[in-house]
Amino acid sequence: MNDLWTTFSTAIAQLLSGDPELWGIVGVSFSVSASALLIALLPALSAGFMLAYFRFPGRWIAISVLNSLLAVPTVVVGLVLYMLLSRAGPLGDLNLLFTRPAMIIGQILLCFPLLVAMSLSAFQAADYRVLETAKTLGANPWQAFITLLFEVRFALLAAVVTAFGRIIAEVGSAMMVGGNILHHTRNITTAIALETGKGEFVQGVALGIVLLVMALVLNVSLGWMQSHSRVLRHGT
Amino acid sequence: MKHIQLLLMRTVLAMVLTFVSGMALADSIRFATTTSTYNSGLLDYLLDHYAKVSETEVQVISVGTGKALRMGENGDVDLVMTHAPDAEARFIGEGFGIEPRSVMYNDFVLVGPKEDAAHVSLAHTVTKGLSLIMASNQRFISRGDDSGTHKKELQLWQHLGSLPTFAGYLESGRGMGHSLQMASEMGAYTMTDRGTWLALKDKLELRLVLEDDPQLLNPYQIILVNPARHPHVNVNSAREFAQWMVSSAGQEIIGKFRINDEVLFVPSAQ
Repeated sequence: MNDLWTTFSTAIAQLLSGDPELWGIVGVSFSVSASALLIALLPALSAGFMLAYFRFPGRWIAISVLNSLLAVPTVVVGLVLYMLLSRAGPLGDLNLLFTRPAMIIGQILLCFPLLVAMSLSAFQAADYRVLETAKTLGANPWQAFITLLFEVRFALLAAVVTAFGRIIAEVGSAMMVGGNILHHTRNITTAIALETGKGEFVQGVALGIVLLVMALVLNVSLGWMQSHSRVLRHGT
Repeated sequence: MKHIQLLLMRTVLAMVLTFVSGMALADSIRFATTTSTYNSGLLDYLLDHYAKVSETEVQVISVGTGKALRMGENGDVDLVMTHAPDAEARFIGEGFGIEPRSVMYNDFVLVGPKEDAAHVSLAHTVTKGLSLIMASNQRFISRGDDSGTHKKELQLWQHLGSLPTFAGYLESGRGMGHSLQMASEMGAYTMTDRGTWLALKDKLELRLVLEDDPQLLNPYQIILVNPARHPHVNVNSAREFAQWMVSSAGQEIIGKFRINDEVLFVPSAQ
């Protein structure tokens, strides 16, 4: 603690040495968050699409509820899920508490509203004529949806990156329903919480670096793709 | 597009593999225990040894005693190891736990800022020490999390007549390691089990100010979750593990565990 630089350089060394325990923890984080995102993605995009293009009674209520869900703290999601999944709770027989699937469910709940809200605004910002044109050209609704997806792909990618950033960095739900079990449910954030409790800052810093580098890589590649495609379009 | 598909397939494959490898483990038990045994490193040390004699994987969930017992009550774990005799007696009395065995003990100590402004180190009993902290309105970090340490601390304050209400009394609501670090950062006193203190003291700006009062004894019990209440618990493997903990092999390993040449836990199984 006295020597920040020593902590930092030891952390880097630990990462580079390929410490299996450390990288195992990173693996848990990535597999849990990637699974949650993959499962939530298509339903969320469809919901965003429907909210953007269909008018139905209660639509504005749905959007307000959605926006409120964005503000729900991760620990509240964790608490509710814990009570549901506990043996004493209604879903106890599924035997899911303190497992990775429980963490995945928690993260699905966390990223779903975000994906819907961001894709909703992406679809709303899209040129409605794209959809019309696709339909005139004989596209069925599914093909029209795909065309539109392609049209707003960068905004959707941004939504995916943001959602992934939120769930891989969350600690509240993962700690409560995962239980921070080594080799099973200990991920980057719960490990950082535990290691600082033990006064071991090195591992915490190492894991923090992984998160930061990941965020940087994702956002830089998103930016690169966006600018690259613009160059292409104007170039031809 | 192909790249993305390939990437997607790889991710899915990796996910499936992690799940399968997680499920392939034949036998495992869930063991809820206190932050004091985990943060000190004792459990990792014990489980390394247990892995040599047993196929059963022990999954540790480290929480406060109150929460550990609650997990046992709900049947979310297979066994618990805790350190709050009254709460444990209730847990067993109400039929949630069976076959309690005493495993080991250590003791609590009072630690505080190096200058010891409340002169706690001059006191001989813990009650006197706490009353000095209160009288001089020094900061005191309480765990405040219904853990065994917290229950013990409240019990000691009660010996003074009432629960602490002085302005310096602060509740951290966190585990022992975090609470010690808070005390260190804030120049506050706190009560800790000796194990966590020995494991962390090199990293703290604190010193031991009071020890060796019989009132500060800290006994740990291992208790199985009652399969009559929760038929799904893995009682056989849990019992096997508990029996190993109190066997001469397990007890010897507990006695051998040291940090900086100091014994942290004294085996106590009969």
